[in-house]
Amino acid sequence: MFTLKNSILRAAKSLWNVLPLIFGTTLLLSLLVTIIPKSFYVSVFRNSIFDPILGSLVGSISAGNPITSYILGGEFLEQGVNLIAVTAFLVAWVTVGVLQLPAESMILGKKFAILRNVSSFIFAILVAILTVVILEVI
Amino acid sequence: MKKIENKYVFLILVGMIYLVLFIVNKSIFESSLNYFSSLLVKIVPIFFLVFILMSITNYFFTPKFVAKHLREKGIKKWIFVVIGGILSTGAIYMWYPLLADLKNKGLNNGLIACFLYNRAIKIPLLPLMVFYFSLKYVIVLGVIMVIMSVVQGIIINKLMEVKK
Repeated sequence: MFTLKNSILRAAKSLWNVLPLIFGTTLLLSLLVTIIPKSFYVSVFRNSIFDPILGSLVGSISAGNPITSYILGGEFLEQGVNLIAVTAFLVAWVTVGVLQLPAESMILGKKFAILRNVSSFIFAILVAILTVVILEVI
Repeated sequence: MKKIENKYVFLILVGMIYLVLFIVNKSIFESSLNYFSSLLVKIVPIFFLVFILMSITNYFFTPKFVAKHLREKGIKKWIFVVIGGILSTGAIYMWYPLLADLKNKGLNNGLIACFLYNRAIKIPLLPLMVFYFSLKYVIVLGVIMVIMSVVQGIIINKLMEVKK
């Protein structure tokens, strides 16, 4: 077990490490929100059957701290992107690791790594649909 | 010359875009900066809560603690894999060697997949998620993800043809 001091220092270090990325992302996001009209997001995500697939695809190829995905997802939602697509994006961001695939393959096996990532991609879509359907029912 | 870390490279690049914008279009520059400051005001207080929760998680849940409980039997093993995945901290690649070691000691592929899937549920980051998506959304999503992690584990076990 870590000492309390070490735990606090480790947490501070983790947050300090992601700060430049958070600042960079929020700055870039602010610029995009300013120059890209809301109609663009709505035109890409047309409330169609492909929205969760698109959301999961974008989330899968993105990488980084989940904090970034929450900020991006939250802002996407405000720009009019539907909740299923945003949820698929959030889930795929943290469950599919395209960038970590080589390391995962080497350490845990190629077949396992491919199966896990492909199934995580599909599950992101299923989780998104289920979540939104349940939220509408309850 | 000292090499600039990747995390700073991204920030510097974005900073350069803003610099160009300041020169060519001051109006967009100011609007973007205003949006940025309003976004920052919204998320900074939540980061304090995230920091406290991260410190608590770091204190109680270490790879050693998780590994110890992953050796449970039957359904208990699945429960500990789910809890272990949720409570595990740090970068995912930090956990690969430990999982590979546990695999050699009998932990099957489905349980490893289940552990990795549950790492997506980050308790310290929940306040930020609640802020953007509501508590109801976070609870429903969390429960569905836990259930799906077990389903994924079972499917991967079948696909990898693991004999129990």
